[in-house]
Amino acid sequence: MDCSSVGTKQLSNVIIRFAGDSGDGIQLTGDRFTGETAFFGNDLATLRDFPAEIRAPSGTLAGVSSFQLHFADHGIHTAGDAPDVLVAMNPAALKANIGDLEAGAEIIVDSDQFKRRTLKKVGYGTNPLEDGSLESYRVHAIPLSSITVEALRGFPISNKDAERAKNMFALGLLCWMYDRPTDSTVEYLRRRFGKRAEIADANVAAFQAGYAFGDTTETFATRYEVRPAHMPDGLYRNVSGNLALCYGLLAGTQKAGIPLFLGAYPITPASDLLHELARHQAQGVRTFQAEDEIAGIAAAIGASFGGHLGVTSTSGPGMSLKAEALGLAIALELPLVVCNVQRAGPSTGMPTKTEQADLLQAMFGRNGESPVPILAPRSPSDCFEIAFEAVRIATKYRTPVVILSDAHLANGSEPWRLPDLNHLPDIQVGFATEPNRGGEFWPYLRDPETLARPWTVPGTSGLEHRIGGLEKLDGKGTISSDPDNHEAMVRVRAAKVAGVAADTPALEVDDPDDCADLLVLGWGSTYGATCAAVRAVRERGGQVAHAHLRHLNPFPANTGDVLGRYRTVLVPELNSGQLLVLIKASFEVHAIGYNRVRGLPFSSAELAAQIEELI
Amino acid sequence: MLENPVMFDNPVQSPTPMSGLGLVPATTRTMTSEDFKTDQEARWCPGCGDYAILAAVQGLLPELGLARENMVFISGIGCSSRFPYYLNTYGMHSIHGRAPAIATGLAMSRPDLSVWVVTGDGDALSIGGNHLIHTLRRNVNLKILLFNNQIYGLTKGQYSPTSEAGKVTKSTPAGSVDRPLNPISLALGAEATFVARTIDSDREHLTGVLRAAAQHRGTALVEILQNCNIFNDGAFDPLKNPDTRGETTVRLQHGEPMLFGTTTRKGVRVSPRGGLEIVALDDVDSDSLLVHDVHQQDSSLAFMLSRLGDRPGGVTPLGVFRDVARPAYDDLVNEQIVEAGAHGRAPDLSTVIAGNDTWLVGPQHD
Repeated sequence: MDCSSVGTKQLSNVIIRFAGDSGDGIQLTGDRFTGETAFFGNDLATLRDFPAEIRAPSGTLAGVSSFQLHFADHGIHTAGDAPDVLVAMNPAALKANIGDLEAGAEIIVDSDQFKRRTLKKVGYGTNPLEDGSLESYRVHAIPLSSITVEALRGFPISNKDAERAKNMFALGLLCWMYDRPTDSTVEYLRRRFGKRAEIADANVAAFQAGYAFGDTTETFATRYEVRPAHMPDGLYRNVSGNLALCYGLLAGTQKAGIPLFLGAYPITPASDLLHELARHQAQGVRTFQAEDEIAGIAAAIGASFGGHLGVTSTSGPGMSLKAEALGLAIALELPLVVCNVQRAGPSTGMPTKTEQADLLQAMFGRNGESPVPILAPRSPSDCFEIAFEAVRIATKYRTPVVILSDAHLANGSEPWRLPDLNHLPDIQVGFATEPNRGGEFWPYLRDPETLARPWTVPGTSGLEHRIGGLEKLDGKGTISSDPDNHEAMVRVRAAKVAGVAADTPALEVDDPDDCADLLVLGWGSTYGATCAAVRAVRERGGQVAHAHLRHLNPFPANTGDVLGRYRTVLVPELNSGQLLVLIKASFEVHAIGYNRVRGLPFSSAELAAQIEELI
Repeated sequence: MLENPVMFDNPVQSPTPMSGLGLVPATTRTMTSEDFKTDQEARWCPGCGDYAILAAVQGLLPELGLARENMVFISGIGCSSRFPYYLNTYGMHSIHGRAPAIATGLAMSRPDLSVWVVTGDGDALSIGGNHLIHTLRRNVNLKILLFNNQIYGLTKGQYSPTSEAGKVTKSTPAGSVDRPLNPISLALGAEATFVARTIDSDREHLTGVLRAAAQHRGTALVEILQNCNIFNDGAFDPLKNPDTRGETTVRLQHGEPMLFGTTTRKGVRVSPRGGLEIVALDDVDSDSLLVHDVHQQDSSLAFMLSRLGDRPGGVTPLGVFRDVARPAYDDLVNEQIVEAGAHGRAPDLSTVIAGNDTWLVGPQHD
C-alpha cells in the first residue's frame, strides 16, 4: 500500500500519545498500536494515565484518559518524556496534554468535537484550531467522527455505535503513518467482537478506512519508518507488569511443586492479578475473592499452612489492613507472598496514579520486631523474575515476602523475551515428614544454615503440632513468655531475614569508565527513567554511575562497598525519601534524594538535569 | 516434584450430599481421648466451662474414626482460642476474629482435612463478625464452635456483643446500652446450613450436637453456652439448674413436637397471628404443636425459634435448629479445578505464558 506521492522519513524513535475521554477506547487503541509495534520488532515502552472514575464526566479535563507509547529501532527504557505525536479525540484531551509537547510536535485532532459547547466546557474561549495558538505545532484537524460514521454507512449498526469506532479509524491512520502491520488488529477485533459480527465488521472497516484515509488523501505529506530494534534472539511477547507478576508466581510454584492459592480483595491497580490468576484453574490455581483485605491474606496463610503457596495481592490501603495478619505469618514462619501494587497515598489517595511511598510501610508497618524480605521489580518484565524470586525466598526461608510493584509497572508494558521454564532453577520445598528431635517433632527447630524452621503440613502422620501468634519456645515451639527466649526469638527471626542477603545476587553497577563520582541509586519503576537519564548525561560527556536495587530488605551484601566508592549517592524516588532513610541508616555515605510525588513517573529529562547539577 | 503427592490430589466430588468427613482419610488404629491430649497444661481458670468442652471434644474425636493428622483446629484470640494447644491434632492459634478466613483458605486447599474453628462471642461476633457472616453464606466445609460466655474474659471483664442490655462491667459502669446479638439468628440470617446451640454442662447433649455438626457437609455453627466463672458466673444458671431448666429450655428434636415444662407441660406452636407462641398443653390440642424439622429449606421457622428465648417468659431452645444440604463452597471450587484440568486439558505453562501474540527475533529454530 505504498503511495509514491508521499515521502518516507526514517526515525530512530517516536513517542505517540493517544488521549480522549475515558469512554473513548483510548487504552484499547494504545494496546493495539503497541501490539502491532511489538510484532514489527521495535523496542517499546508504554505509560497509561487514566482517571479513577470508570466513566468520568465526558469532555472534561478530569475525564481524560491517555496512553503513551515510545518505540524505537534501539533499546529504550521509558515511555518517553515529550510526545512527538498527540492524538486528541476532543478539546479536553488537547488541553490536558498540550503542555507536554515541544514545538514542532504533530497533533491529530477530531475536529468534529471542537464545538462551542465542548470548548467552553474546558475553558477554551476561542477555538484553538482557528485562533493561531497551535502555530508552533503541526496540526492535522480531521473530522474523525463524521468520516467514521460516513465510512460505516450501510453497516447494520446505530450511528452511535458507528461513531464509537472512531478510535479504530484513528488507529488505522496511525498504522499507515508509521507503516505498522495490521493483521493482528483485524484478528483481534474479530476475536473481541466474535459474537457480534456486525460490530466486529464495523470496527475492522473503520480501522481499514483510517489506513486508506492516510494512503489516499494528501493530509499527510510524510510517512515515518522506525526500523526494528536489534534485540537478542528469542521468542518475544509484549507483557505488562501485572501479567508478568502472575506468570512469575505460576512458574515459581510449578518449580516448587506446590499449588498456588491467591486470597485477594479487588483494589486498583492490583485487581488484574486476581483476574489473571483466576484464569489458571487448569494449572491448579485456586483464587479466593475474599470478603475483605484481611480475609484475603488470612485465607492465604491458611493455604500456606496446608502446603500451598499462599499469595495475597493488594495496593496501599489494603496493605494497611493486612498488617496484623502479615505479623502473624512472620510469627508462624510460613511461606507467603504479598504483592503490593503501590499507588499514590495516603488513604485512598489517587488510586490509578503511581507512587513508591509504601517502602517504609513494608519495612516497619507492623507491631513488634517483624522483619520481612522485600523485593521490587524494576520493569514490567522484571515482575516475572521478582515474583519467581519471591516464591524461592518465601519457601526456602519459610517467611512472608513483600513485592513492591506500582501502578506504572503494573499497567506499563514492554517486549519480553520469553524465558525457557526448563532452565529456571528448581525450588526445593522440602516438607518435613519425620520427627527431628529424638523421636519428637519440634516445629521451630531450625535449619542451621538458613535458620528456616521445618514446614510440615496437616496430613503428615506423627508430626501433629500447634503454631500461632504467641511467642514460641525456641526449637520446641510451645508457647513461652520467657524473657531470654523472646529476645533470642526476636534476634533469630531478624537473623533469618538478614541471612537472605547471602543468597541474593550482588548489586551491579553500571559505571562504564569506572571513574564517576556520582552514583544514582534507584529502586523499582524508576529504573527506565534513570537509565534514559544516565544515557543522556553520558552522551553529553558527563560521568555518572547507576545501580538499581531489586532486593530492598535485606540489601545485597555488597551494597555498602558499592556506595562507598562514590563521593555522592543520588537517590531518586517517587516519594519523599524513603529509600534514602534506609540508606542513611545503614551506610556512612553522602546520600541525597531527588523526590517527586505527582502520581507520575519521572521524566528522564528532569533526572538528567538533576544528575548534571551534581556532577 | 511433589514430595507428598497424595495430599494434593483433587478428588472428584460426588454429586450427592456427602458427610462433612467424606474426604478425610480414616484412621487405621483404635484411638481414645488420650490420643488427643497434649503435654501442654491447660491454662484456663479453674472451674471454667472450657474444660468441659475440651473433654467433650477429646471424647468425640476418637469416635469419628479419622486419621488424627488430618484434623485441624484453628482459633482466633480469647480464652476459648487457647483450645488448639490442648488438642493433639494440627492446630493454629491465629489472630483476633480471623480464624474463619484462615480456615477457609485451608479447607479450600485441602479437601482431605477435617477443619474446625474455635472462637468466642467477642472473637466471632465482634471483631470477626464479617468473616463469620461470609463463611456461613459460602458454606465452607468447616465446623465452628462458638463459645458464648457473654463476656470478654481474656481482657478481664468488659461486656461482649452477646451481653445483656444493662450489663454493668468495667467498661460499662452505668450499664451497657448495647443491644445484644443473637448468634443463632445471625447465622440463620447469613443462610447457614447447620445451626445449633448446646451447653457446656450437658456432656451428652454437647457431644450429640458436635457429632451431628461433624457429619454436616458445609459450615456448621455450634453455639456453646459456656460459663465464665470469673467474670460472668452463673450467666446460664437458669438454663442449667435442674430446678429451672425444664421451664427455661426446650430440647429441639427432629420430627418431635416441641414440648417442655415440668409442673405444667407446655409446647410451642405457630400462633394464628403468625410468629410462635408458647401454650399450655392443657389448653390446646397437642396436634397443633410445632413439629421440629431441621431439614426445612425455608429458615423462617428456625429464625422464629431462635428468637424464642429473647422474649419475656420465653424459652431457650437447645439442639439443632437447622441442618440442610447445600453444596459447600470449597467443594465447588475444587470441582472447577478438576474440571479445568480434566481430560489432559491443562495446557503447558510455557504455552500459557507465551500467549497468542509472540514474535521471533533471530534465526528460526525448530
